[in-house]
Formats: sequence, structure tokens, C-alpha cells
Amino acid sequence: MHPAYSIIVFTTLSGLGYGLAVVLGLGFLDPSLLMTKLAYLTSLALISIGLAASLLHLGNPQRAWRALSQWRSSWLSREGVMAIATFIPLTFSAALAIFADRHDVILGFITVLGALVTVYCTSMIYASLKTVDSWHTKLTPLCFLLFSLAGGFLFASAFVGNGLVEELLALLFVFLALIAKLVWRNRATTLLPISTPETATGLGFIGKVRLFERPHTLDNYLTREMGFRVARKHAAKLWVIAFICGVVLPILALLLAMTIGEGLTAQIALVFSVIAYVLGILVERWLFFGEAKHAVMNYY
Amino acid sequence: MTSLPQNRTAKKLGLVIDLDVCVGCHACVISCKEWNTGGYGSALSDQHPYGADVSGTFLNRIHSFEVAPEGGQIIGEAGDARVVHFPKSCLHCEDAPCVTVCPTGASYKRVEDGIVLVDEDKCIGCGLCAWACAYGAREMDLAAGVMKKCTLCVDRVYNETLKQEDRVPSCVRTCPVNARHFGDLGDPNSDVAIMVVERGGFDLMPEQGTRPTNKYLPPRPRTSLSDSAPIIPLAENTEGARGFFAWLDKTLDRI
Amino acid sequence: MSSEPVLALSEPVGDEIRKTTCYMCACRCGIDVHLKDGKIRYIEGNRDHPINKGVLCAKGSAGIMQHYSPARLRAPLLRTGPRGSGEFKEISWEEALALAVDWLQPVRETAPQKLAFFTGRDQSQALTSFWAQNFGTPNYAAHGGFCSVNMAAAGIYTIGGAFWEFGAPDWDKTKLFVLFGVAEDHDSNPIKIGISKLKKRGARFVSVNPVRTGYSAIADNWIGIRPGTDGLLIIAVIHELFRTGKIDLDYLQRYTNAPWLVIDDEGNEDHGLFLRDDLGKALVRDPRSGALVRFDEPGHIADLNAELVTEDGRKVRSVLRLMAEKYLDPKYAPDAVAAETGVAASTIRGLASEIARVAFDEEIILQQPWTDMKGEQHDVMIGRPVSFHAMRGISAHSNGFQSARALHVLQTIIGSIDCPGGHRYKPPYPKPVTAHPRPHGRAEHVKPGQPLAGPHLGYPLGPEDLLVDSEGKPQRIDKAFSWEAPLSAHGMMHMVIANACAGDPYPVDVLFLYMANMAWNSSMNTRGTIKMLEERDAKTGEYRIPKIIYSDAYSSEMVAYADLVLPDTTYLERHDCISLLDRPISEPDAACDAIRWPVLEPDRDVRGFQSVLIDLGARLKLPGFVDDSGAALYKDYADYIVNHQRKPGIGPLSGWRGADAMDEGRGAPNESQLQNYIGHGAFWMKHIPDEALYFKHHNAAYQQFAIDMGFFDAPQPVTLQLYVETLQKFRLSALGVRQPFAPEQYRKRLLDCFDPLPDWYRPFEEQGVDVAEFPYHAITQRPMAMYHSWGSQNAWLRQIHTKNPLYVPGTICDELGLKDGDWAWVISHHGRIKCEIARTDAVNGKTMWTWNAIGKRKGAWALDPQAPEATKGFLLNHLIHELLPPKADGMRWSNSDPITGQAAWYDLRVRIERAEAGVEISEPYFAAIKPPGSQSQPVDELRYGQEWSPK
Repeated sequence: MHPAYSIIVFTTLSGLGYGLAVVLGLGFLDPSLLMTKLAYLTSLALISIGLAASLLHLGNPQRAWRALSQWRSSWLSREGVMAIATFIPLTFSAALAIFADRHDVILGFITVLGALVTVYCTSMIYASLKTVDSWHTKLTPLCFLLFSLAGGFLFASAFVGNGLVEELLALLFVFLALIAKLVWRNRATTLLPISTPETATGLGFIGKVRLFERPHTLDNYLTREMGFRVARKHAAKLWVIAFICGVVLPILALLLAMTIGEGLTAQIALVFSVIAYVLGILVERWLFFGEAKHAVMNYY
Repeated sequence: MTSLPQNRTAKKLGLVIDLDVCVGCHACVISCKEWNTGGYGSALSDQHPYGADVSGTFLNRIHSFEVAPEGGQIIGEAGDARVVHFPKSCLHCEDAPCVTVCPTGASYKRVEDGIVLVDEDKCIGCGLCAWACAYGAREMDLAAGVMKKCTLCVDRVYNETLKQEDRVPSCVRTCPVNARHFGDLGDPNSDVAIMVVERGGFDLMPEQGTRPTNKYLPPRPRTSLSDSAPIIPLAENTEGARGFFAWLDKTLDRI
Repeated sequence: MSSEPVLALSEPVGDEIRKTTCYMCACRCGIDVHLKDGKIRYIEGNRDHPINKGVLCAKGSAGIMQHYSPARLRAPLLRTGPRGSGEFKEISWEEALALAVDWLQPVRETAPQKLAFFTGRDQSQALTSFWAQNFGTPNYAAHGGFCSVNMAAAGIYTIGGAFWEFGAPDWDKTKLFVLFGVAEDHDSNPIKIGISKLKKRGARFVSVNPVRTGYSAIADNWIGIRPGTDGLLIIAVIHELFRTGKIDLDYLQRYTNAPWLVIDDEGNEDHGLFLRDDLGKALVRDPRSGALVRFDEPGHIADLNAELVTEDGRKVRSVLRLMAEKYLDPKYAPDAVAAETGVAASTIRGLASEIARVAFDEEIILQQPWTDMKGEQHDVMIGRPVSFHAMRGISAHSNGFQSARALHVLQTIIGSIDCPGGHRYKPPYPKPVTAHPRPHGRAEHVKPGQPLAGPHLGYPLGPEDLLVDSEGKPQRIDKAFSWEAPLSAHGMMHMVIANACAGDPYPVDVLFLYMANMAWNSSMNTRGTIKMLEERDAKTGEYRIPKIIYSDAYSSEMVAYADLVLPDTTYLERHDCISLLDRPISEPDAACDAIRWPVLEPDRDVRGFQSVLIDLGARLKLPGFVDDSGAALYKDYADYIVNHQRKPGIGPLSGWRGADAMDEGRGAPNESQLQNYIGHGAFWMKHIPDEALYFKHHNAAYQQFAIDMGFFDAPQPVTLQLYVETLQKFRLSALGVRQPFAPEQYRKRLLDCFDPLPDWYRPFEEQGVDVAEFPYHAITQRPMAMYHSWGSQNAWLRQIHTKNPLYVPGTICDELGLKDGDWAWVISHHGRIKCEIARTDAVNGKTMWTWNAIGKRKGAWALDPQAPEATKGFLLNHLIHELLPPKADGMRWSNSDPITGQAAWYDLRVRIERAEAGVEISEPYFAAIKPPGSQSQPVDELRYGQEWSPK
């Protein structure tokens, strides 16, 4: 699939934003601290930028409001509805924290629930597509959720500066996300595609089917959109980058911060872990799309 | 709306495509383009039409495959690879994932006849329906920013300004080899339904669970010429010209 | 849940339907052009039309994009830069026509042969030839010489008809259809309709073609023959039919020259000619009386097995005996030809036995009484339901004439010519070779200021009809009807530029071309041809071909090489007639003709070429174009179509003639004729009576129908010519026993190739090159969505074929390590090209192929210079020379069939080498041509019909 930057930015940033919203909603951070207030604003900003980015890839963004109508059947619609619905308690929580130094447990709980459901809905946009074998698994939402939570706790650690609990949970979720993603990737690279050129054409009874001539010589919307193929050695390199940025560097930075305890160096290490993680997730998302094989390519 | 009709539609308008006779002439491809670029919804645009990187929106395209009989059925002269021309457009699936993924309700399956359409006024051009379709039936029009797809020429098949015989999709109307047939596949007595039964019509990618309405008829079985050789008995002649002349004399006498 | 939107389901298609004739290829289908707001909304097939019966191909539907093509020329052009630059200024029509007259008038008055007038995909040859004849030049022809003259000429000499415009399989009744070679470009919708019909009936369809795409892809059996060996395969089938006695003796006895008696008198001038009586009528032996009688004498039968000595002591024997002796030779046995053809002996035997089985065991009997030309009444019509079709695949070889003859002979011996289920003639055919004219163009036919003494083109009956001088030198610029190509019935357009540039046999002053892309895909040796068009005389600095006038509707490559360009209209802006005098569109059941008329008015300063030619004719005061006072006879082409009469009562169109528009075929001109055509779908169709539907060559009712329709003034039955005496006459000339004697250098070739019974020899290029050095064949196939070079300017069609790979057999790919997208050099004895390759396994293992005419020159056809057509498309033409490699004596023969001069495109031999990694641009490539005149930059996005989109 073609890795559209708007979609990569959207899933990455809003995922992190809702992850942070979960941590905030659970009340890990002291609402009276300036950093907590900043964390709320960051969460709102990440989500907003992500949602705005998602509009960029629409052919007719002025009608985007219509996307809220089909929550009964469409995961994309549900995602839109949940994203906005979650925005409300999150905004109230943020206002409480900023203006009243308070954290409301019920409001927080609603935020947590909304954020998790939103991330789940986002992931289900992809996991529900039977046309992309590697996405069509429960492991996809699991990965999205764990990446979101890991990001949330990394952000939270950075805002807290010396929160051992947050740091330990960040470590835990990065580790869990890594395991989930490894299982996901192992499945993606070893699964047998459910559709083949033979089933796509129904000509398997004659023999092995190979494309002789494209319908039109040059690329079309479908081949540009679904026919994207990242080169194997390119992909391997990117996976190393994603692993180093998204896992190794954040863990090292966390351990360093935990060792140092507090102070500027620890703070820098934690900020560094967040930056590395965001980069790592961007690359992971790029590969999520770039490596996905769409069933329609059985015709090309 | 974006949900599929609650009960499966009784009427299932669709196409039956005969792979035994399609010669890959692209007549249906261009006829579809010319009808639909001035018909339902926005035009089917072409980008860089005279440039280096030309591409355009088409609702129907013909692929060509080479099929090599590796362990498969051997046809014609043994071992030969063959070319199969393969037209492809929207299959108007009963369980159309493109409809259910649509966030705006622009994509819908008509209750009346099962045709899957896009209401372009509602389409935001997110492209998700194209991702959900295994068959590549949907193409985003880059000029209009909305999703285009085969309408089964809904603006022809019910068009009272056309003669009855012309109330078929443009591709069916134009196909020089009559490889495309239009009808109600929900009616077991329709010509198309009977054709599907008789010729062993099949679904594309049944494993995707989409239950396509359109069916494909497989190439008919073929027998090799070498196998017909023994059918012919030798005439009573035939050692060279001399034998031929003798045979000729005898035969002419009998006439 | 919201409800479904309300749709406008009954919108009218447009404001108006105008019915005319398509010109997106040579098929000439009927089309309904729907207009909306003065623009084309939709083009569909006309359901009533005899050719396409409602269907329409991709090209026809893409007519919208052709009509609005940005490559359309906008006004007459006068060259301002050097040839090939594309630099022109637009001038007025008055200036353009005055200049043309300035150039042509002195030529006509001094040496009319110094005008060479050749037309390409011309559908108005009745007019263009009439014009050229009245101008007086001997140098006129259309493009048949590089197209399919082998098929046409072999057919006329053999059966008085051929395929496509001459005849077609009986699609409704045939039970076995065998297709030879590429056929996707001509008669395409009728063939598609036909193949589909027979496949649905369960009839068998066999395709003989090195490449298994297009129609071959759906054939029940594909015979992946080696190019150039079709004739040998057919002769092997004939061998099998003789060997097994599966020939239709009754049919041969009645309708063919199989019983005609051939004189056996070696060393004398009548050796191998027919025994004839004083009136020149061929004689046969009546087996009952033993007497020799005229072959067409009623009340007699003819002995197929005759061998006798005449009273005056001459040894004679029947053609059938000669055939048996020739074809029963074991060298034609399937096992003997398998290696040469690349077809398994069992397959050849299978094909022969299937033909025999269907012809004789599945005989059709129609309960339809009829009367033959000898007056004999038949109660039924007997059908042998085997049919064939072939076009360029067989034609475009240097042995194509003989191979095409073999095919017609095969059809004849099984009795399937014009019988139910067999091959059927289309009116005005059949027409025996004797009913065609002889060619004109010898010195005595050409006089300054006078018309040519007769038609340019025709069918020689012997060397005495050649257009050569007393020394045997050619008289035409293309050397047609010379010893080099005696039966070149369609001329040899592909030799004109080379000969004119070399001044051989003489220089010309004006080269006048219509719709022929000679500076690109229509020439062999394209680079050499371009050089010839650019070549200047060293002394005078003048171009070797001093003046070139060219007419085309679009900025083709050739436009850039013209000095004066006369811009033509699109096919929807013009009058045309598809005439029975020309290249008719009849069907086997009916005589038909058709018109085009301006369904849209031009928005540019362009004129239909035919009207311009008529205007030029009047300005030049050509007889036939002016009256006695010198005033123009015709206002324009439309006026000519209605009022011109070839002979009294016979005009370009057959329908709605006579004072009351009730006459058909014959009748006085009628002023409302075109309106009547327009009112009836732009075509006329006259059904043939039931008793005249078959055996037209010998059917009294049909012959009467032909006379009534004005095809002939007296019956012209055809006795099918298995043995062609004309060819034997050339051999006698070569032997030096019959006058005129052939010049020495042609004798061996005449003896080798002019066998009066179909024969096979290796194609000349294969004979002339080292086949170990050039082990493979390279050929083109015709994409069904493109017509020659026209398609690339069409925004919709060009997306289907934007560039062309060379398809290379898998075995060769594996050997060279080539995979899809790699680049390779392809090398012939003449040149090398670099191109992108793609693998295929559905092909003869020694044959690589590509799509024809996708490659374009940079800047032509209003395409971006970086368009893939120009950077990755390519032509095989660069590998093909118009001459064969030199022989030991240094003599270079033309790369043509020795009998008809047909360009031997498909004889090409090549080798292939992997190309070094580098710039992925096909080679050779040429400098970009500038867009001519006021042609503007094409749009970057097209939304055709957006204004009609519901708001």
C-alpha cells in the first residue's frame, strides 16, 4: 500500500495523544503541576494535529463532517465519532487541571475509555480489511493500543521528570508493544495469502497465472495506491531503524534516567526517549502501510 | 445507509462475462469511459492526457494473463502457455465491504436491484472503500476528489428515452464478441442465471467472502488437433500420384 | 437510516443523433453520433448497419478523442525551416492552392510522370485514381503494396475474390474456421462478431499464428507456426487431402480449371499453357464422348483425369493430374515439413483430417434450388462448412503470393468457395481477373497535357502487359508492373521515396502524398527514408525530391517533411463515399455502400482532401473536372459523389438513383441522394435474392443481379484458377521461349518463384542472411485498440498502449538471463534497435514480437517530447531494409515478394543481446519536431463531459 504521509502522521500522533490522554485520565500526573498542564495541552495538540493531518488526504475535506454519520457500520466513522467524543472529556479534564488544578476521577475514567476505544477504532479501520492479509488480525489493534500506551507513558515520564512508576510502566509497555509487534510481523511475513492470481482470476484450473499485460500501460490509481512495494533490503534497513528508535533508544534513555534519578540530564534523556520513540513509530507506521500487500495486486 | 440492505435484495442486476470469447479488444473499456464521462456523476478525468505520465479514471479495464498449464488442464497443443483476456469492473457484491466501510453513507447498495453506487455529493474521497475492495473496482477521480465506480449504467438500464434493446450497460451494448451479458442474477430463470449454471460460472476470490453478483464463465474445454488425426480413414488409393489416378478413375466412374 | 438518493434515470442521451460511418480504422462501421450542446456526447454502433450490427470497438468509441485531438492541423502550412524541423507558417487556402497549381501545372504540361501521387489509408481511390489518370501521370497508387496486395492479388488470380472486402466466412453456418496470421486490424468487428457466433455454436476455431494473443487467445487450437512457413503448412494439408482422396471432385469438375488441359511441350512457347480453341477458349475432355470441348459449353462434363495426345500430336493433361503429381511428392508430407514449420506432424495431420471430416462428413444441404451458368438446375445447395481467413500474416512475406494462392487452392479443392458454410464472396465480387483492367503507364500511355491512356492499376495477364520499355526497364517511379514485381496490382508505394531520391528510373519534381506516414511507421528503413527526404543535390543545393505536398488531418511525422501541407478534416467533418467502385463494404448477403457527411462543422481552417483535390483538378483544367468551357464541374466532393458518372447511370453511390430516387445500382444522378443516405443511416443495402446467395461465381441468378446492379454489363462467371497460366507465361519468358523475353538478371527468380501451381520457397531474407547469426524472427502484431499510428494522439487509447515492449520467448529470456523490464539490443542485417523486453511463453519459440506503430517520434502527434511513445516506444522498421542483403554479384533485390512487390515486413531475421545498464531510452531516437503552425500546448487535465455532470 502507498504510505501516505498524512495517514502516517495521523495514526502516529493521535495514537500518542490518546496514549497520553489515558495516562492523564488515570490520574498519574499531579494536576497542580505546570508540567501536567502542559501534558494536557500536548495531548490535545497531538490529537488535533493528527486529526487535521487526516483531513489532508481527503478528496473533498469540506464534507468531512459527513464521516460522523455511519458509526453503525464503518470503523472510520466510529473512529471519527469517538475521536470527537473523547475530545470533550479530555478538554474538560484539561480545563480542570489548568484552571482548577484538579483531576476528576469520573471524567478521567471516561477519557481513558474514550481514548482506548478511539485507538481501537483507528486500528480496526485497518484490521477490518480482509483485502490486506497482514492487517486482518486481532494483533493489529493490540499493537496499536500498546504503541499508544507505551507512547503515553513515555510522554508522561518526560513530563514528570522523575516518576519511577511512569518510567517502569513505559518500559513495560514498550516491551509489550515490541513483543506484540514481533508476533504481528512474524505472522505477516509467514502467512500464506488467502487470495492468489489463480483465485483472483478463477483460472487456476488451467494452470499457473501470470500477468501478461496490464490493462493500461502506465500506473493508475489502484497501482499507485495499492501497488506500492518497498524494496526488501530497504524494508530490512527501516525495520532496524524502527527497532533502534522505537525500542532500543527509548529503553536505554529510560534506564539512564532511572539510574540518574532526577535533574537536567535525566530530563533530557526522557525527552530524548520520546523523540526517538515518535521517530520509531513514524517509521513503523510507514512500514505498516508500505509493506502491506493488497489483494487487488493479484490482478497486476 | 452505508449498511447493506437488511434483507438480501431479490433482484440482483449484474454481468456475466464469458472468458471463452473475450479477445481483449478493449471495446468495453472505452465505451464505458465515453458513456460515463458525460453521464452519472462527475466526468472521468484524465491527468496529463498528452504528457509523459498519462493516467485516467476508468471503471472497467481489461487485464491479460498468461496461463501455463503446470499440472493444470492441458488445452490445445500440449504444454503451451495461453493468454486469457480478463475484463474487470465492479462485481456488485452482495456482501460488499466497500459499502460498510464508507464513513459518510456515500457508498450504498440499492435495495431495489442490488447495484452498488456512490452518491458523489456525500463522498469525501477518503479512499477507504477502494482499500476494502479486493477487485480494484473503485478508482478515485483525481480531478473531482470522489470515488468512481461502475454504475452498471443505472442511467441506461432504466432509461425510458432509450429503446428497450438499448437498456443495457454501455459495455454490453458495444461488446463485439458478445462476451458480456446483463441481467437479473437473482432470478434463476433469467438468461444470465441459466448461462451461469450451464457453463459453470464462478465467483472471483470467493475466499474474500464478498459474494459477487457478477459471474465469470470459464474458457470452454478444448481438444487437441493431434487427437483428431485417427478419425480420417485413408482413401483406397494412395501410393503417390499413380495410386491417386487409379483412385480418381474409380471414383469418377461411380459419380 | 437515511433513504437512498433519488436518481435521474431517464435523462436523454443528447439533443440529436446523427448517423454516419466510422473512420477510426478501415472497417467502416456504422455509427450513431449523439450530439449534446453541439459537442459529441456519445458514439455507439448503428444496430442496422451491415458491417457492425450495433457493436463498436475501442477505436470507434474513442472517436470523441480523435475528433478533438490536439494534433489536428489548423490551417494550410508552408515550410519555413529545413525539412524535418517542423517549422511552418500558416497560409490561406488561396495561397496554398495557387502554389500547388504553380508546382503541378508545368509538370503536367511537360512531363506528367514527374508527379508521383500516392495515397495511404485512402478510402476514395475511385476519385484519387480518376484525378491522377486525368492529370496524366503514370505514378499513382494507394498503400496496398506495403499492406496486403499478396492476399488480394493471389485471390483475384485464383478465385476472383479474396478476404475482407472481397469475401468472408459464412459465419452463420461454418463449422470449422481456420485463421492464418494477424487479422486484428482489418474487418475487425465482423471477424469478432463471427468468431463469437461460431464459438457459441460449438464450431471449432483454429488459429495459425506465431503469437497467441488477440483472436488466437480464444482459438480452440493454436498452431504456433514459424513465420514465413504458412504456405508450406497449407501445402502439407493439401498433400494429406490428395493422399486420402478428400477432395470435392464434383465441385472441381464444374467450377474450376482442374479439368483444363495443360500442354506438355517442353522448350516451346506454349509449354504449360492451356489447350485452347481458335477463340482462345480453354478445352476439356468430355469423358463420355472423348471429345475436346470448350470448358463452358453447356451439356458437357469434364474429365478430371484426362491425359491424352491431341489430333495434332500435342501431349496434354489435366490440371488435377499436375496437381496430384506435384502435391503427392513426399517432400510435402507432414513429417517432412514439421521441422521447417515448427508444427508437429501429428498436428498437421490432425488439421487436415479435421478439415476433411467437417467438409465431407458435416456437409450442409440447403433446400434452395438454383441454376448454374451452364443452365443446369440444382435442387439444393451443398455446403462444405470449412472456412478460412488471412491477411497480412501470410501476405507480408516474400513468398506471400504463393502462400496466399495455396490457401485459396486449399479452399477450392474441398469445394468450399461460396458454398453454405464456406468462404463467401461479397459483391461486386467475384470478378475474374480478365474482367479487371490491364495496367497503364508505358511511354505510349503518357503524353504531356493529356490524361493517361487508361487506369494505372490492373492485373497483367502476361509479360506483354508489363509497364516496361523495350529494354525491360521500369516505367513507373515505384517500378510496379516491371520484371522486378510483375503483378504489383496495388503499386509499390514503399519504393517511391527511395527510387525518387535515387532518380531511378527517373527523378520526380513533385511528390504528392495523402495520409501516408512515410517518414515514420509506413516505411521500411525509417532512418534511411528520413535521410532521403532530407537529401539535397550537391551542386544545386535543392532537395533531391524537390517539392513535397502532403495532406493529413493530424501532425504526423510526415507533416514535418512536407513543403506544403493541405490540412484535412476529421472524419466527422467531411463527406466521403464508401463506394462499390472502390473498396466496398458489402456483405455476402447484400451489396452495400455508405457515406460520411459532416455531422459537425470544422472549427479550423481545414478542408476535406477530396474536395481540395476536385478544386485542384478544376484549377488545373483536368478533363473530368471541368466542362468544355473550362468551368468547374463539381462544387466539392459531395457534389461529385452525387453527380459524377463513370459511365451512364453508374456513379460512386448505388442507392437512391434516378429521377424519383427509386433506382438502385443503375440510374441517373439524383440531387437528393445524400439526403436519402442520411435519412437511412448513411448506408445503402440491397439484398441478394435467395437463389443467388451462393455459388455466385457460377450462379445465373447472381450474375443477373450483378448486371442489374451495374457491376458488369455482361455475365462474368469465374472458373476458379487452381493453375494460373499468367505465371507460366512469365516462366516461358524467363526460359527465353516466349516473347517478350525476360532480361537475364530476372530469369532465375522468375523460374524459382512463378510456379503456376502454389509452391513454397524460403523467404528471401532467410535465404540471404546467415541464420546462425540471425537465429530469430521479429514481427509485429496489431493491437485491437490502435490503428497504425493514429491511436497515440487519442487520450483514451494511448493509455492502453503507451509504450511497446518486445515480447521475447521464455526460452530465450532464460538463456540470456532477461526478465521483464530489462533492455536489449535487437540486431538485423540492416541495423540495431534498443528496446525494453517482456517475457512471454505463448509464442513460437523462435519468434519475438511487439505491437505495431506504438513508437512515435518526439514532438509528433502533439505529444509531450518525453511521452513514453517517444522515449520507450520503438519501431521494428529500423531493422528492415527496403533492399535485401547484397548477393554475391553485388545485386540488391527489393525486400518484396517477387511476384507482386508486396513489402516483406515479416521476413525480418534478428539476434538479441542484453543491453548494458544505462539510460532507459529506446534507440535509435531522433531530434524533436516542433508542433506545426498554431497548434497549441495540449491541456494537462481532461474532464470531458464535466459540464453535463449533474449539479
